[in-house]
Amino acid sequence: MTTTSPVTARPLPSLPSVYRSRASVELKEFFRQRESVVFTLMLPVLLLVVFGAVLDYDLGNGVTFTQYFMAGIIAAGILGASLQNMAISIATERSDGTLKSLAGTPMPRSAYFVGKVVQVLAVTLAIIVVLLLIGVVFYGIELPSGTDWLTFAWVAVLGAAACTLLGIALSSLAKNGRSASATVTPFALLLQFISGVFFQFSEIPTWMQTVAAFFPLKWMAQGLRSVFLPDVMAASEPAGSWELGRTALVLGVWCIAGLLLCVATFRWQDRER
Amino acid sequence: MDRAAAISIRGLVKRYGDFVAVDGLDLDIRRGEIFALLGPNGAGKTTTVEICEGYRSRDAGEVRVLGEDPADGARSWKAQLGIVLQSGAGDSQLTVRELLTAQASYYADPRDPDEVLELVGLTEKSGVRGKALSGGQRRRLDVALGIVGRPTLLFLDEPTTGFDPEARRQFWSLIRSLRELGTTMLLTTHYLDEAEALADRVGVITRGRLVEVAVPSLLGGRETAPAVVSWTEDGARRTEATATPTALLHELATRFPGEIPDLTVARPTLEDVYLQMIGEAR
Repeated sequence: MTTTSPVTARPLPSLPSVYRSRASVELKEFFRQRESVVFTLMLPVLLLVVFGAVLDYDLGNGVTFTQYFMAGIIAAGILGASLQNMAISIATERSDGTLKSLAGTPMPRSAYFVGKVVQVLAVTLAIIVVLLLIGVVFYGIELPSGTDWLTFAWVAVLGAAACTLLGIALSSLAKNGRSASATVTPFALLLQFISGVFFQFSEIPTWMQTVAAFFPLKWMAQGLRSVFLPDVMAASEPAGSWELGRTALVLGVWCIAGLLLCVATFRWQDRER
Repeated sequence: MDRAAAISIRGLVKRYGDFVAVDGLDLDIRRGEIFALLGPNGAGKTTTVEICEGYRSRDAGEVRVLGEDPADGARSWKAQLGIVLQSGAGDSQLTVRELLTAQASYYADPRDPDEVLELVGLTEKSGVRGKALSGGQRRRLDVALGIVGRPTLLFLDEPTTGFDPEARRQFWSLIRSLRELGTTMLLTTHYLDEAEALADRVGVITRGRLVEVAVPSLLGGRETAPAVVSWTEDGARRTEATATPTALLHELATRFPGEIPDLTVARPTLEDVYLQMIGEAR
């Protein structure tokens, strides 16, 4: 070991290099943990396989429920990769001291969030690719074409962003990872039921539709339906159209609200005694 | 304030609601020394240390750590610190080596992760995931993470809790080699033998106040405290406290023809004076 040199003011590592380091940490933390991979990645895949096999009925206009479900399960997958994943993992890291340890290093604090964003994007992308692959190979789903890809991309990214921010904010409410999981998982499941993931949204009572419309998932699923279903199906949406403009607006508002909540509530350690 | 000191604290006060955790504490820790903070649970050790580390706010008083107020805590300031928290870091899916490499990536001039692993005796565990380590190995990992950034000042909050005796000896030699490299250390511990073995000076804190600061051999007037001489005479145990034990031994030697039965001569241990101090403060 070398002896301590007199204070040579070497510059601290650059932001991009610390960002890369944190991104690598977050990817390993996620993909090496069997529970999170099974829960976040495999569950939507299983649901697609089961629902695709069981509920393969015709919705009219040559559209099957599997096509409808494709949009919903991708939206639910994004919710799991972002909101559920962030709320649980950050609550865990706060209660077990990981966050506190990081706060005591010269790591720029933005690097922690950059790492999380990279993790969410990677998991989201993985989910989308796997679901599309299964849908195309086994259930005759047609891949989007032309500008539908663009819609797909912005709905996925904006939805993931809103849900990531919301998940980070929710992590502050929980005492630890387990309690975060116990509160966020039922909440997510409930949202999925009322947001048109497992059932056709038009079949859900109006008041539930109204409740669902306050949260991002309904808009993500609806936006993705515009990608996977023929435009004639827009008629069965509540407004009789895909409402892409309103989708962007609601998700954008949730991004801003989520960001404000994060800034107001984020803590690097458990409360002082 | 002592501006040259590694840590300088004046009149530090910290309250949690009605409870006064730190109650007007003054302390200077010189550069290059190992300072041990002793005290019962709830005395204010961790609160004091965590204020110095920048984790907690204070209600009153002045604190300078490496010349800066910890409340300001810039990156360049944190880069000079190494922190081993009482709680340690959490579970990780990363291997020991990956964790050290990631930690090193936050610092300007880190130590080589492999050298650090060697130093804390975790080389053989370098490929094991953090969550799979035993309690003692985990604590050594915490220490490794604390020193990989080549800190000028290292905080060690109860670093050897849960160590077996051999692991503690190994840890002590690690601390001594860090001292030779010029690292200043602030150590809190429950183990008085640890403080005696490692510290240049110890401070005893009770109820948020520092009741004494001294080198371990002088704490509580240990060196001038009466020696306790015990022996057995006429079938009964006799004990005498004396400032002149040698004279007493001479006298005893004349009273007994051969060996003085069951003779012991004891000076108060660090533990004795410590327990007396925290007892008086209660």
